[in-house]
Amino acid sequence: MLAKRIIPCLDIRDGQTVKGIHFEGLRQVGDPVELGAKYASQGADELVYLDISASEEGRRTFTDLVTRIAARIDIPFTVGGGIASVEDAGRLLDAGADKVTVNSAAVRNPALIDAIAAKYGSQFIVAAIDARQVDGRWVVTTHGGKRPTERELFTWARETVERGAGEILFTSMDHDGTKNGYPCETFARLAELPVPIIASGGAGTIDHIAEVLTRGRADAALAASIFHYDEIPIPVLKRALNQRGITVRL
Amino acid sequence: MIAVVDYDTGNLRSVADALRRAGAEFTLTADATLLRRADRVILPGVGEASSAMAKLRERGLDAVLPTLTCPVLGICIGMQLMCLSSEEGDASCLGIFPTRVRHLRTGLAETPGLKVPHVGWNTIEGLQTPLFEGLPEESYVYYVHSFAADPCAATIATTEYGRQFSAALARDNFYGTQFHPEKSGAAGATIIGNFLKLQR
Repeated sequence: MLAKRIIPCLDIRDGQTVKGIHFEGLRQVGDPVELGAKYASQGADELVYLDISASEEGRRTFTDLVTRIAARIDIPFTVGGGIASVEDAGRLLDAGADKVTVNSAAVRNPALIDAIAAKYGSQFIVAAIDARQVDGRWVVTTHGGKRPTERELFTWARETVERGAGEILFTSMDHDGTKNGYPCETFARLAELPVPIIASGGAGTIDHIAEVLTRGRADAALAASIFHYDEIPIPVLKRALNQRGITVRL
Repeated sequence: MIAVVDYDTGNLRSVADALRRAGAEFTLTADATLLRRADRVILPGVGEASSAMAKLRERGLDAVLPTLTCPVLGICIGMQLMCLSSEEGDASCLGIFPTRVRHLRTGLAETPGLKVPHVGWNTIEGLQTPLFEGLPEESYVYYVHSFAADPCAATIATTEYGRQFSAALARDNFYGTQFHPEKSGAAGATIIGNFLKLQR
């Protein structure tokens, strides 16, 4: 049976792992290749590396890093952050990434999804969507949740799939970094789409993750700080999920 | 020497990286002479079956590959190209394995909730040696695909997703896996190691 995936997310700035709370107050947590290898050996099903470098130099460092990750890590990994063109995606594919995520650039230019999917296949492109609730409506945001857009979450999510996104990585900016759990009803609605849904933002406990994988019908759960600070080690999490009857790779 | 068939379907890197991790020496090539001389040949592949098949034909490899006598391993699309045909782009393939490749939804009446592509870790069953030597039943391997080969006499492992399909195939010196051993962690490393140990 297809297993639910547990995905540690590593935010990278200038080649180093960082994790921010609400994307601010960034703090360093370790070498990205070593940390990724540690998670892989602990049973992570996939890794996500997001480049949050602001500079050109930081971006070049990230591409080099992707090459080193590919050489070392024997599980799939996805990279994202600032991908704005087919060329950006191709450069990361050549460096060894299994998938790329597109976020703000796709909101600005939705045809980017079609172009990447046409060239490299839907399996290579993950639509990352950040949204927050405004007056009961889920509004898509960009720039780390700072900028609200005109787009509504469910409409945009469907559009990304129609344009060729092979998976959706959804983060509720209202929940991200709070450790209060995921908005499960929202995930259950996204789960009606014909592609896998990765739940991100808000995990604080094993219960939260179990809930989003069952009630929220998510295919995968992505988290950062609970893994980086060893609050919930991956083997402990997977055993606990297994005990609750959730199919995971042990 | 191991030859990894380079026929312009992109992303040979993950296979190359896995071989480096296994400590194996290899060369990337589409040269028929080198392929005939190789101790082992790996046929990787991502993308679309009919265009991948066209690329093999352009290089004359459709005639070379079925005549190889060393151990040959096809991965994902590489394995699919070794079957009789693929529904994807209505491709006629190499005919090494006596089975057809069909879309995961083909033949299924209603499949609510069956997400395609099939992405992630799934279990393999009915494992046969030597490729799966040392691996327990229901080991997890990593999949990314929308098409799959029907079970047949050459099936040496199966997976269930919507329907049962061939997770791996073997006939004489030819082997194929629908999943990606190069991305399947320790289980994948064992499978690659077993392939590298096969006697000619």
